[in-house]
Amino acid sequence: MKQALLIAAADPSIGGVLVFGDRGTGKSTAIRALAALLPPMQIVAGCPYNCDPAAHFAHCVAGCPARAGGATPAAVSVPVPVVDLPLGATEDRVVGALDLERALTAGERAFEPGLLARANRGFLYIDEANLLEDFLVDLLLDVAASGENVVEREGISVRHPARFVLVGSGNPEEGELRPQLLDRFGLSVEVTTPQDIPTRVEVVRRRDAYDRDPASFGARYAAGDSAIRERIFAARAALKTITVSDDMLTEAATLCQTLGTDGLRGELTLIRAARALAALEGRAEVTSMALRSVAPSALRHRLRRDPLDEAGSSVRVERALMELYPV
Amino acid sequence: MTRPEDIGAAVGLLAVDPGLGCRLRGPAGPMRDAILQALRQALPAGTAWRKLPAGATDDRLLGGLDLAATLAAGRPVAERGLLAQADGGVLQIAMAERLDEAVAARLGAALDWGEVATERDGFSSRTPCRLGVVALDEGIDEAPPGALLDRLAFELPGDGAGGRIEAPDAAAVASARARLAGVVVSEDSVTALVGAAMQLGVASLRAPLLAVRVARGAAALAGRDAVAQADLELAARLVLAPRATRVPIDAEPPAEPETPEAPPDQAERDARALQSESPLADRVLAAARAVLPADLLAAIAGGAAVWGKTGGNSGVRLRAARRGRPIGVRAGAPKGGARLNLLATLRAAAPWQKLRGAVPGRIAVRRDDFRIRRFRQQTRSTTIFVVDASGSAAVQRLAEAKGAVELLLAECYIRRDRVALLSVRGRGAELLLPPTPSLTRAKKCLAALPGGGGTPLAAGLAAALALAAHVRQEGQTPLAVFLTDGRANIALDGTPGRPGAEADALSVAASWRKAGFAGLVIDTSARPHPFARKLAEATACRYLPLPQADAGALRAAVQGAVQGAVRRA
Repeated sequence: MKQALLIAAADPSIGGVLVFGDRGTGKSTAIRALAALLPPMQIVAGCPYNCDPAAHFAHCVAGCPARAGGATPAAVSVPVPVVDLPLGATEDRVVGALDLERALTAGERAFEPGLLARANRGFLYIDEANLLEDFLVDLLLDVAASGENVVEREGISVRHPARFVLVGSGNPEEGELRPQLLDRFGLSVEVTTPQDIPTRVEVVRRRDAYDRDPASFGARYAAGDSAIRERIFAARAALKTITVSDDMLTEAATLCQTLGTDGLRGELTLIRAARALAALEGRAEVTSMALRSVAPSALRHRLRRDPLDEAGSSVRVERALMELYPV
Repeated sequence: MTRPEDIGAAVGLLAVDPGLGCRLRGPAGPMRDAILQALRQALPAGTAWRKLPAGATDDRLLGGLDLAATLAAGRPVAERGLLAQADGGVLQIAMAERLDEAVAARLGAALDWGEVATERDGFSSRTPCRLGVVALDEGIDEAPPGALLDRLAFELPGDGAGGRIEAPDAAAVASARARLAGVVVSEDSVTALVGAAMQLGVASLRAPLLAVRVARGAAALAGRDAVAQADLELAARLVLAPRATRVPIDAEPPAEPETPEAPPDQAERDARALQSESPLADRVLAAARAVLPADLLAAIAGGAAVWGKTGGNSGVRLRAARRGRPIGVRAGAPKGGARLNLLATLRAAAPWQKLRGAVPGRIAVRRDDFRIRRFRQQTRSTTIFVVDASGSAAVQRLAEAKGAVELLLAECYIRRDRVALLSVRGRGAELLLPPTPSLTRAKKCLAALPGGGGTPLAAGLAAALALAAHVRQEGQTPLAVFLTDGRANIALDGTPGRPGAEADALSVAASWRKAGFAGLVIDTSARPHPFARKLAEATACRYLPLPQADAGALRAAVQGAVQGAVRRA
C-alpha cells in the first residue's frame, strides 16, 4: 500500500489508487499520513484552483487573480492538498455551485468552488468508496479522467482544471465496487491485518503514543518523513529521464497477455508504475524486478473477472509471474 | 458472561473516557435503564447527551441548511448536526441493530478522527466531535453494522433484573480524567493484551487498542499512575472476551489428540510461545477466558461470527423501498408526493432577485424556481438458492449442483443481485447466508456446504417462501432457484416417510404459486425425477433437469425466470 501511494505521489498520471481491506487495518490512517510526505507545491497566491504559476494561465477560470491582474502573479508555496471527501457530501459541494450567500444578499452570480477545485493538483480521498452514491462516483471518475470540471447549473457555466489522484478505500465485506469502476483506478492494493505478535504490539504501541501526545509523536518521525519527501521530489525530477527498454515493454505485454487483461490500460499502467518505482529507487532504467514488484497492484483488478474468484485475482497474477519468471 | 461488578466498572470507564463507546444488548428493561442512569450520574454535570432517532437523515446527523433560519434571515444559515452537538458527550443510538450502514460509516469516521467534516448544502466545515456512542441493540437476529461494533469498547447486557449499579461518582470520575493522560502503560502490558487478542481470534487491531485505553482508564480510576495487572485483566474481560471468535488453545495441550490435526499456523505458534514465557499474558488471557460468552462454542460450531454481522440491514432497505435513493433534483412543482428541495429552489431563484425587484430580506420565488427531489426505486432482485444437500443428493451430484450454482452466481454478479443461500438437509432447512451483495461470501459459504441426511424438501420450500416474502417486503424482487433431486422423505413436522413428505412439499408449493414468486427448479438427479418435475409444476417454476444443463442452457433458463419475475413483480 505504501509503495502504491508513493508511486502515485511520484507520478500522478498513474490514475488513482484503490485500497481494499478489512476493518481496523489502518487504511484511512495511512492515506491521511500522505499529506505530510508530499513536497510542497507552488501556486498562484489566492487562486482557489491551486493554479501553477509556471503554467499557462489561459485555461484558468475567471476569478483567478493571476488572470485578472495580467502581471506576473505572486506565487506562494503550499502543502499539496489531500482533500477528504466526507461521507454524506452533497453534489453542490463536490463540484461547486452558485454562491448562495452572495446571490441572496448581494444579487451577484458568483461561483463557489467545491472540493474538486480544492483537490486540483493534489489528492482526493474517498473513504468507504463502496458506500458513496453511484452518481457521485460516476461524476468523480469522469472528472478524474478528463482533468477538468465542467459545471453547468443554476445559470453559471464554469470549467476549471481538476487534476487529482483519486484514492479510494473500502471494505469488501460491505459491498463490492462496480466492475466498471475498478479498472478506472490505476493501482489496487489489498490490505490485511498483520498476523504476528511483534508487529501488532508495535502498531498498538504507536497508536497509543500518538493518542497521548500527537506533537512529540510527529516530531519523532519527522526525519523519516522528510527523507521520504526528498525521495518523492527526486523521483519526480528523474521520471522523464528513466528509460524503458524494448525488452521491458515486451515483458509487460507478455504478462498482460498471459493474464488476458482487457484493453491496453494494463500495460500502460504497468510500465508507468514500474517507471515511477525505478525513479523512487534511484535507478536509471526500468528493471524486470520493478516490473514484477508492481505487477500485482497494477493488474489485479483488471483481470477478466471470474466474479467468484475475487480473492484469487492476486493469486492469478502471482501465478503468471511465476510462470514467466521461473526461479 | 459479564460479571455484575464489571458492569459498574464499565460505566465508570465510560464516564472517564466516553469515546470508548458501548453496546447495550437486549430489550428495554430495568437493567438497561439502570446502566444508562448510572452513566448519566457518573458523567460530569452539563455533559451533552443526545439521542439519535432511528432512520435519522444526513441533515440531522451532519447538519446542513437551517431552513427556517435561512428563510427568516434571507441568507444561508447553517445548522449543526447531532454529531457536532454531541461533542464531548454521549450519543445514544436507539434500535442500533437497524442502523444504516452509511450512518455507521459516518459515525465511524467521527469516532476515528474526533471531528466531523461536512461538505453539504453549500457549507464546508470541520467541527470537533469527541463523542461516546451508546448503542442500544435490541436485535434478535439482527445486529448493528460491523463498522460501528468494531469501534465500541464494551458490550454490556441490557436485559436482566437491574438493581443498583456500583459506579464511581462524579468526583472520582473528575479526578480520574485529570490523571488519565499521565498513566503509563508498559511494553509488557501492551504485549499481553495484543497476545490475548490473538489467542481469542480477534482480528481487528482496534480491539487491543481499545483494551489499552480501557486499562489506562481503569488505572486512572483506581488512582494509579501506571497500569497494573488488575487493569489489564479488567480490559481483557470487558473488551476482548466479548469479541472472541475462538477458544484459546492451552499452552500445554491436555492430552494427545486422537486425530492428527493440522499444525497451528505461525500466528498461533507465536501466541503460544508468548503465553508460555510471559506469565502476565497468561493471566490476562485467563481473565478473558473466564467470561467468554456461553454461546461461543455453539456459535463457532455453527460457523457464525459472534461479533457483529456484515450483511445488510432490513430497516434501511424498507425505507429505501418506500422512497428510493435520492438521485438529484429537477425542476417541477411539489405535487403528488414529490418533495421540494428548498436549497436547490433558492439557488434557482437567487440569480433573479434583482430583476424581480425583491426587497432585501425577502426572497422572491416563482413557480419556475421550484426544484423537487428525484428518487430512484431499487429494482434489484435477490436470488435465493435452495440447495438440497441431503444424503441422496450428495450421492448423486452435489458437486455438480454446486458448479451450477456458481454459474448462476456469475449471472447474479452481472446483474448486481443480492444472493441468499438455504441448505436443505437432515431435519430441516437452514439459512446459511442471509441476503448479501457479496458473492465472494456466497461462494465461500457454498464451498463449505456439507452433505448428508434426509431430504426435508417441504421445510426448504417453506423457508424459501418466508424469505421470499421478506425480500418482497423490502421492495426487492425475489427469485428462487431450487436444486434438488426430488427425493423428499421428511415431512414438515420432521417425521420420515416419503408419502407424507411429498404431500407436504406439494402443499407448500401451492402457497408458493399463490404468492406468485418466480423460480427455477433444477433437477440434480442422475435421471430426471418425476417428483422434481411435479414440484416445478406445482410451484409454477421453470423445470430444468441438470443432465442437459450445460452453461448456455442454465444461463438462458435463469434469464427467462428473472424476466418472468420482473414482469410479475
